[in-house]
Amino acid sequence: MARGRIAAPSPLPGFGLTLGFTTFFLSAVILLPLAALVIRAFGIPPAELLGLLADERAVASYRLSFGAAALAAGINAVFGFIVAWSLVRYEFPGRRLLDAMIDLPFALPTAVSGIALATVFSPTGWLGGKLALAGVQVAYTRLGVVVALVLIGLPFVVRSVQPALLEVHRDLEDAAESLGAGGLQVFRRIILPTVLPALATGFTLAFARGIGEYGSIVFISGNLPFETEITPLLIVVRLEQYDYAGAAALGFFMLAVSFVMLLAINAVQGWGQRRLGLVAVR
Amino acid sequence: MTAGPGVRTGSRPMTRGARVTRVALLAVSIAFLGLLLLAPLGAVLIQALAKGVGGWFAGVTEPDTVAAIKLTLLTAAIVVPVNTLFGICAAWAIARFEFRGKSLLVTLIDLPLAISPVIAGLVLVFLFGAQGWFGGWLLDRGVQVIFAVPGIVLATIIISFPYVARELIPLMQQQGSDEEIAALSLGARPWTTFVRITLPKIRWGLLYGVILCNARVMGEFGAVSVISGHIRGVTNTMPLQVEILYNEYDFVAAFAVASLLAMLAILTLVAKTLVEMRSRTAGH
Repeated sequence: MARGRIAAPSPLPGFGLTLGFTTFFLSAVILLPLAALVIRAFGIPPAELLGLLADERAVASYRLSFGAAALAAGINAVFGFIVAWSLVRYEFPGRRLLDAMIDLPFALPTAVSGIALATVFSPTGWLGGKLALAGVQVAYTRLGVVVALVLIGLPFVVRSVQPALLEVHRDLEDAAESLGAGGLQVFRRIILPTVLPALATGFTLAFARGIGEYGSIVFISGNLPFETEITPLLIVVRLEQYDYAGAAALGFFMLAVSFVMLLAINAVQGWGQRRLGLVAVR
Repeated sequence: MTAGPGVRTGSRPMTRGARVTRVALLAVSIAFLGLLLLAPLGAVLIQALAKGVGGWFAGVTEPDTVAAIKLTLLTAAIVVPVNTLFGICAAWAIARFEFRGKSLLVTLIDLPLAISPVIAGLVLVFLFGAQGWFGGWLLDRGVQVIFAVPGIVLATIIISFPYVARELIPLMQQQGSDEEIAALSLGARPWTTFVRITLPKIRWGLLYGVILCNARVMGEFGAVSVISGHIRGVTNTMPLQVEILYNEYDFVAAFAVASLLAMLAILTLVAKTLVEMRSRTAGH
């Protein structure tokens, strides 16, 4: 068995074969294609690349993509926490069904979520009609983008917070209550500190997913340049116009953002582990 | 249910304030999930059956739709086995051995989950498009990747390959390899050891990973949308067919195809729940 110095000794077979195949597969399927994008983007003269990235229409799309993703992740941090709390702390009929349903946005194809949301929230739709009476239009506005991203991001927050809520020491809650702490005080001093890292992880995951989301948004957003056009859609538009330089520039930017988000997710998780480690030592 | 610190062993009567909080939070949760999850799902079913079962059936048996269903099944039949093989190999290397660059490898596996599906389609245009790295060479030899089935398959592989690996890696790390080492030291061959020892240990996790991967493959929209060229009856997968029918205001047909995909999603969730129950009883 060829096992050089790159690996610690092990009695198990198949290291060379499986690592070789894994490395080959990853190189062919993800590294090479991403390299093609990066090299294409660096082939553009720097001044032109900056011009493409700072283009007014592109900047408007970043504002919408990042703003809507942040707002949706924030909404999910609040409501996802309440949902996770209800699922972990309360017994009620249909709890298991509701718990299984949380993963629906993962499992449902984004195009299906997209046309379904557009139908429900269109001015003639079931919910959209009621909201229109109140003067709120969701479909074909920026609000529609936020609604789609709330749907897409929900499982990330709930599934991050659920295990953390199970770790909250209820003895501490009982002790605090018996010493006269109110419900809000218990929440702020005991529950929130324990759950905060998980909540931050869920927020970051939902935000990262929201920036790149495409399928569920394009049906409900109206896709008006400068108004309701997200960055991934602008990439598709540039491609359809055969503006490969424009598409490469935006694609490169989105890729760089994804890397930053991966680092951010790792940092948040590391912070959470250190923090919980400290809590346990005390 | 495992008894973590959050599970109360003795029950204590709730105070009035706690009861009010409970009712309020439950109401908020159910209203939120109802609006966000049930309303869209209900809308799909209601719209799909707006012209009765006959209208639904006519929608899903339209020739272009049948071609889209076939293409989606073909794509899944290629992509899911490839990703399963990759997932098992990657998990074996990562969970069973210590080597340099492991965390980089894990990050690379997670990468498709962090990038926009549109990027997955875009990179293939730069590789295989007419002006791409290999596009011209392949076109000269009569091989079309972009706007054809190979492109759809490749784009789908890019966005769906992490799922099996991500299920298996933590599972295999947690299980350890004592049993495999015992079998090998007793003279079992590597392949026999894998089939008789490892595979039975990981089968539920593997099954769930495959189901999740399949759901992602059949439902992928963004990446495939960039690469497919939307040629009716030729390069349209089911999600793209949904888009075309919807944009042509053929709502019954669009939602009929969407209802098939929604059923796939619900089956995926049912399978997930069953596998979780199964692995919980098997683990204790």
